[in-house]
Amino acid sequence: MQSIAPWTSSGRFTMQEHGRDGNMTELAEQARSRAALASQHNGRDGNMTDIAEQVQHREAFASRHNGPRDADIREMLEALGYQSLDALMDAVVPDSIRMQAPLDLPPAQPEEVVLESMRALAAKNDVFRSYIGMGYSDTFTPPVILRNILENPGWYTAYTPYQAEISQGRMEALLNFQTVIADLTGLSCANASLLDEGTAAAEAMHMTVAVTRKRGDLRFLVDENCHPQTIAIVETRAHARGITVDVADPATFTFDDTTLGALLQYPASDGRVADYQELCRAAHEAKALVTVAADLLSLTLLKPPGEWGADIVVGNSQRFGVPLGYGGPHAAFFATDEQYKRSMPGRIIGMSKDAQGRPALRMALQTREQHIRRDKATSNICTAQVLLAVMAGMYAVYHGPEGLRRIARRVHGLAKALAHGLRGNGISVKHDAFFDTVAVDVSEETAAKVHAAAVARSVNLRPLSPTSIGIALDERTTTADVAGLLGIFGIETSEAEVVQMAGGAPAAIPSKLERTSGYLEHPVFHRYRSETEMLRYLKRLENKDLSLTAAMIPLGSCTMKLNATAEMIPITWKGFAGPHPFAPRDQLQGYAELFTRLESQLAEITGFDAVSLQPNAGSQGEFSGLLTILAYQQHRGEQQRTDCLIPMSAHGTNPASAVMAGMKVVPVKSDANGNIDVDDLRAKAEAHADTLGALMVTYPSTHGVFEASIKDICDIVHQYGGQVYMDGANMNAQVGLCRPGDIGADVCHLNLHKTFCIPHGGGGPGVGPIGVKAHLAPYLPTNPVIPVGGEEPCGTVSAAPWGSAAVLPISQAYLELMGPDGLTEATRIAILNANYIAQRLKDYFPLLYAGANGLVAHECILDARPFKSTAGIEVEDVAKRIIDYSFHPPTISFPVPGTMMVEPTESESKEELDRFCDALIAIREEIREIENGTADREDNLLKNSPHTLDEVAADEWTHPYSRERAGFPIPETRIAKLWPAVGRVDGAYGDRHLVCVCQPMEAYVEV
Amino acid sequence: MSNLPDDLRYTSEHEYVKLTDDPAIVEIGITDYAQGELGDIVFVSLPSVGDTFEEGDSFGTIEAVKAVSELYSPMGSEVVEINEHLDSDPSAINRDPYGEGWMVRLKMNEPADLERLMEVDAYKKHVGEE
Repeated sequence: MQSIAPWTSSGRFTMQEHGRDGNMTELAEQARSRAALASQHNGRDGNMTDIAEQVQHREAFASRHNGPRDADIREMLEALGYQSLDALMDAVVPDSIRMQAPLDLPPAQPEEVVLESMRALAAKNDVFRSYIGMGYSDTFTPPVILRNILENPGWYTAYTPYQAEISQGRMEALLNFQTVIADLTGLSCANASLLDEGTAAAEAMHMTVAVTRKRGDLRFLVDENCHPQTIAIVETRAHARGITVDVADPATFTFDDTTLGALLQYPASDGRVADYQELCRAAHEAKALVTVAADLLSLTLLKPPGEWGADIVVGNSQRFGVPLGYGGPHAAFFATDEQYKRSMPGRIIGMSKDAQGRPALRMALQTREQHIRRDKATSNICTAQVLLAVMAGMYAVYHGPEGLRRIARRVHGLAKALAHGLRGNGISVKHDAFFDTVAVDVSEETAAKVHAAAVARSVNLRPLSPTSIGIALDERTTTADVAGLLGIFGIETSEAEVVQMAGGAPAAIPSKLERTSGYLEHPVFHRYRSETEMLRYLKRLENKDLSLTAAMIPLGSCTMKLNATAEMIPITWKGFAGPHPFAPRDQLQGYAELFTRLESQLAEITGFDAVSLQPNAGSQGEFSGLLTILAYQQHRGEQQRTDCLIPMSAHGTNPASAVMAGMKVVPVKSDANGNIDVDDLRAKAEAHADTLGALMVTYPSTHGVFEASIKDICDIVHQYGGQVYMDGANMNAQVGLCRPGDIGADVCHLNLHKTFCIPHGGGGPGVGPIGVKAHLAPYLPTNPVIPVGGEEPCGTVSAAPWGSAAVLPISQAYLELMGPDGLTEATRIAILNANYIAQRLKDYFPLLYAGANGLVAHECILDARPFKSTAGIEVEDVAKRIIDYSFHPPTISFPVPGTMMVEPTESESKEELDRFCDALIAIREEIREIENGTADREDNLLKNSPHTLDEVAADEWTHPYSRERAGFPIPETRIAKLWPAVGRVDGAYGDRHLVCVCQPMEAYVEV
Repeated sequence: MSNLPDDLRYTSEHEYVKLTDDPAIVEIGITDYAQGELGDIVFVSLPSVGDTFEEGDSFGTIEAVKAVSELYSPMGSEVVEINEHLDSDPSAINRDPYGEGWMVRLKMNEPADLERLMEVDAYKKHVGEE
């Protein structure tokens, strides 16, 4: 193996291409001339090439990102029987789809240079003080939360808490979040977050369909005073499902048998606070549901919607300590009444108990979700916004109810002062009742003057219309800011006068809408007021969970690769974290440049012509891609093409997304090798020739194999008038080797949180941009506030124009650090690592599927089904026993029940792969002991796993095997081990008795 | 091996049909084999008394921790009684599928439809437990 980064020693870095001009090039020149001087003075160093290499050496980041060293790679190839990585790739990837030329991307840059480049981008974002509101309010992130959660790999590198025993920390944090939401909204059940407020409102509409069971031509009423991006998303989703949306003044709403329900904004988008109790009564009489999009901070002072009749409350929790980030990621919330819990979308954390009867948390009611229920799921959502929900929950823990109320009173008091000051100077304030947003009516001329004055002071106000202006205050607003705002209107005041105005202003919350009920009474919201206590609480939770900081997380289909520190550092810089999503575009040149670079580089990697960064999760990418296809079909007069072929092996999100897009799912069979049955595909395509809209296909397949027939598959679909949607979940096996666009796909989504290094955050954020061929580009999604996308957009899918903009620097930094050769090398190593694991384990756990030459792509499926009859052992027992070895188990029972799917990624070293294989081999021997009767069939190491520390250390020990084998199965576990916080969690108990908010303390003592 | 009584009729969807004293009314539940495959059952959604179904219509769902299954009406029928006890104790289906775990009593539109259902031997073959 040669060095993997040839440009490191050749001085090929050219920065001009990105406008990061010359500094480094000049430095290189200087060094070069110094080297030349040195050699003149020193005859011993005659070889100029050596000297140049010595003094110009820049460390290639690829060798930090990738795990195995050159010697390891040689050994692994030898074990597989291949001479070189090239030879292995030739054997794995079908020749017909291989890229002929290398990726055309700028060469790799060292960490230092990329950080500088990111800093330069951030500096090009002019971060104004924004009083725009619309669901996004500036906030101060408590530094103890910023550093110990958002900037902490212990939290951000964890995965969705599928393995409850090693995820109790973040699930407790999520239970706190759910409790905050339930308490503040006045409803009994809340989920663990959704993607954004707009999609949460759309999910509420879908849930309303399921709950009301109304049929026929249905209407959904939307308050015209909702945030415009929310209305656009609801309209897009409703259109796909054939529901009519009536946007109107709630005073005109009428409810009948055809009305599903209504969506209100509380306080309204322009700040107005109104009473909707009568409206709720009328809705319920007609068996319609009322959804309220609410502002979380306002609910500390306002009567919560759950107390005046709302059935569902959604909103954005961003202002609870999560940076604006130019639109996201933030955690949206969703709460409803207990009676509707089984129809609720998204992930729910619930209380259950473990094998020893102790309280234990777990994800509850998973049968609602797409990975089980497929096209009948409550939603297509997989990813939540866990990291951000954890932050918002902790913000409430740190401030407590009194702290939150104090913040809310301050913001409200300043808003009153502002309104009073404006009124006192003859400016017409729209509403008497408001919380933090003041809307004023002015002449068109005045409006223009005010906006210009604001811009001159680096302030953004919201243009509500040509003759009205909205001003939304937030946690960071001070009396000086209010004086400044009045100044923008030509009213000169002092801070002291602002204080007087606040005192003299009339009440702005009607007494019947004042909150009288308590909230956040649980001890967790009262205990951690000092930073020391808070820090220790955060660490205590973090230490219960297994993240990438402890061991590899070999989850198949999840691509748990390195989230490099250099990639993460920029995202909390003010230039990226500070901007409001609806700030004028001309202020955000840095972001504009970032988007252009990222879009063009992703287009090159995927072989597409255009990219939309808007979808803020993989599921959203699927939905957007299908909408784009449908819009295209409609444009060419083929609107009847709504059938969607989906292989039975596909991830459940595919059929769930197709249904959401209004398509009809037509399943396609798999053959004995797990590949798509091409004959069945042809037959189905032919049978649906007039109505075929699209095929959804994952590549390499869900079974981790490069199917040689993929080009034929795409051709067949095109032949019958369909478009090919490629699910990019497995893109980590393609980058630099082949491209979806070349293979025949028309659209493909990328999981930036898999292949392109955005961390999983313990279950979100995700980012799922789509790439499309030129003929689909006109239909890419837009945004009603800041238009983006194509000329004939398919609608709006996320609340913010570029989705979760604040985490996009991570992927861009990765691309710049790796360069074309480094990216390709990463793919090659990912494939090598997977095949090495398959090779080492196949004699212990049968390898379920392989492609040509018995090789897999970037992941492999190990079969555990035979042990059910030979030893009474199920795949779950194997997975839980892996926890005793201090590893995260692989994906279990997907895509095939009873099996484990292992995806090591390129970032794991050979040493770690060997450790993992050794653990699995040792577990196989433990199973053998059961098989040959040495170990008990019921009371054994696997059935009782995972073993907790207090169990192993207890005075009483009744098992037939030793404590040592239970707790320290291999010597290394004595040196480093993550003990599971609880024993095996009882899933059924928790689903039978759903508890999704913090319980009284007694519950923690005894269940 | 599952407990598959020989006095019941079976469907390919793993439901059993038990005769009652009234020749027009049958009792429906899921087989011991099916409850074993599903694992711990946590929730059952049942129809309302008076609902009518065609053969093959879904009349409810049964949820385990990691699986969910539709329930299908074995024949054209009307619901005359549902097992409300399952709402608070769905695990009765795991404990006693043919007794406490019954789900609905249906009035058949056409009692002769019974003859088209599987007898125990055919069902055993269906689940590979001959």
